Amino acid sequence: MTRPARALVRLLGTELPVALILAFALLPWVWMMLSSVRPDAELTHSPITLWPHTLTLAHHIELLRRTSFLQNMRDSLIVASGALSLGLILAFPAAYAFSRFRFRGRTVLRTQFLLINMFPVVMLILPLFILMRELGLLDTYFALIAGHATFTLPFAIWLLTSYIDGIPPELDQAAMIDGATRLQALRMVVLPLAMPGVVAVGIYLFIASWNEYLFALMFTGRNVRTVTVALQLFIGENQIQWGLLMAGGTLVALPATILFLFVQKRLVGGLTGGAVKG
Amino acid sequence: MRPGQHIITAQVATPWLMLAPALIVAGVLVLLPVADTLWLSLHQVILYRPRSRPFVGLVNYAAALADPVFWNSLWHSLIWVVCAVSLQFALGLTTALLLNRSFAWRGLARTLVVVPWALPSVIIGLIWTWMLDFNLGVLNQIGVRLGILSASVPWLAQPSTAMAGVILAIVWQGFPFFAVTLLAGLQAIPAELYEAASIDGAGGVAKFRYVTLPGLASVMATALLLRMIWVANSLDLILVMTGGGPGTATQTLPLHAFLTAWSGGDYGSGSALAVLLTLLLLGVVVAYLWRSREQ
Repeated sequence: MTRPARALVRLLGTELPVALILAFALLPWVWMMLSSVRPDAELTHSPITLWPHTLTLAHHIELLRRTSFLQNMRDSLIVASGALSLGLILAFPAAYAFSRFRFRGRTVLRTQFLLINMFPVVMLILPLFILMRELGLLDTYFALIAGHATFTLPFAIWLLTSYIDGIPPELDQAAMIDGATRLQALRMVVLPLAMPGVVAVGIYLFIASWNEYLFALMFTGRNVRTVTVALQLFIGENQIQWGLLMAGGTLVALPATILFLFVQKRLVGGLTGGAVKG
Repeated sequence: MRPGQHIITAQVATPWLMLAPALIVAGVLVLLPVADTLWLSLHQVILYRPRSRPFVGLVNYAAALADPVFWNSLWHSLIWVVCAVSLQFALGLTTALLLNRSFAWRGLARTLVVVPWALPSVIIGLIWTWMLDFNLGVLNQIGVRLGILSASVPWLAQPSTAMAGVILAIVWQGFPFFAVTLLAGLQAIPAELYEAASIDGAGGVAKFRYVTLPGLASVMATALLLRMIWVANSLDLILVMTGGGPGTATQTLPLHAFLTAWSGGDYGSGSALAVLLTLLLLGVVVAYLWRSREQ
């Protein structure tokens, strides 16, 4: 094949289909952003025009001034940061134990942790709701933080174990021969080397909590209300305010999406146990 | 105590001490509720009558199985899982194969394709409800303009199309997961295998059949199993988009359990439904693991 012919084959056989798939993946996102900056007159006019005639930030301003959205963002931030911290505190030592020790029941236990995700959330949410109510934890940050950290635990432990496996055990052994205790070796040798993986898992925990809906709906609502629940409440009224909803959706989705794009390669690498090339 | 004994004890105890926090939290927040759900499912527990919780044995289960809504929901769950997972898989595999070829903007395409994966279900539900809207939805508008649709369709408001609408949304959400995991699997297949196949005279189809598919088999199996469990359990997307309606047209089993317990206030029956769903899933997972072990 000549060079132009080969380029044409690549264009039609690879680049065009990829472009179509990317359009499918991105256009709904773009449509949400676009809808958030159009005035109500355009959003309520049927049939809707594809291209905006006027651009406005009216919906964003209304959202931030007239609704509790900033407060909801703050709640989500607190919950997601808490879930990130608690999740890492629980998962890192567990992952280290799975990676560095050979003990009776290790394999069974590793699999058991994955089974946590097999239980339908509906199976757990009722008793948890009753438990939280009896402990007086309903509608607190802690209820949501604990719930989110637990349900991301299996994935976090799995990923961290795979990252720590990638650090030669000789390094922590050498530190311990030099007189460090295991905890010192863990803190001064393993943790710094595993840091990229820890950051990736931390961001994953943050996004998972930030995006979560069902727990937030059940466990909180008055004092604590996260963005996903707040957005859903905008629909409840008779007249759906699409502009407001799309502005809220954009503000919620943007940070999660940007963070996710940064760490996705490392997450998939940990998940599939191999290096993923760019 | 012999010298060195305490070192061995420490060796044995250390991993358990490190695992303890995770185990305790998982025990309290997962195992305890699971046991509690089993207990609830055997009792009559109505939200409005918290003081009286009589033991009723398997009555809740019998009632659930005798209820046509259960079988209806099970059928919807089956459609939901089979359609969503197979479409996600097909689109994800296609994407992975394409992104494994070389072209100038491959890195950018690999990064951007994951965008739907990062979004919360609530927002995904909102976007698609907005795009599928009868009056103002952009998809109806495009469909009519291109002549694919003769008139606007109330996708989520009529029983015959509502399921297709929510499946479209979950396919969008889920195909990037398959794309990136299968792509990672493709990259792990050694290039020498393809070279050897070329030398043996294999064409594109033969290489796919005898090198790509076997090399990808274990990643595919894991990804499919994880995704199937996830889709079968997920209810937030449907809850946001249709709430199970119109009527019960999009009511899947987890949603049925959730609505029975939450909106209906009947914790006993809701718990029984949740247990039935778990048993069904467990059956599928065990059968799956059994088969993959035989192969």
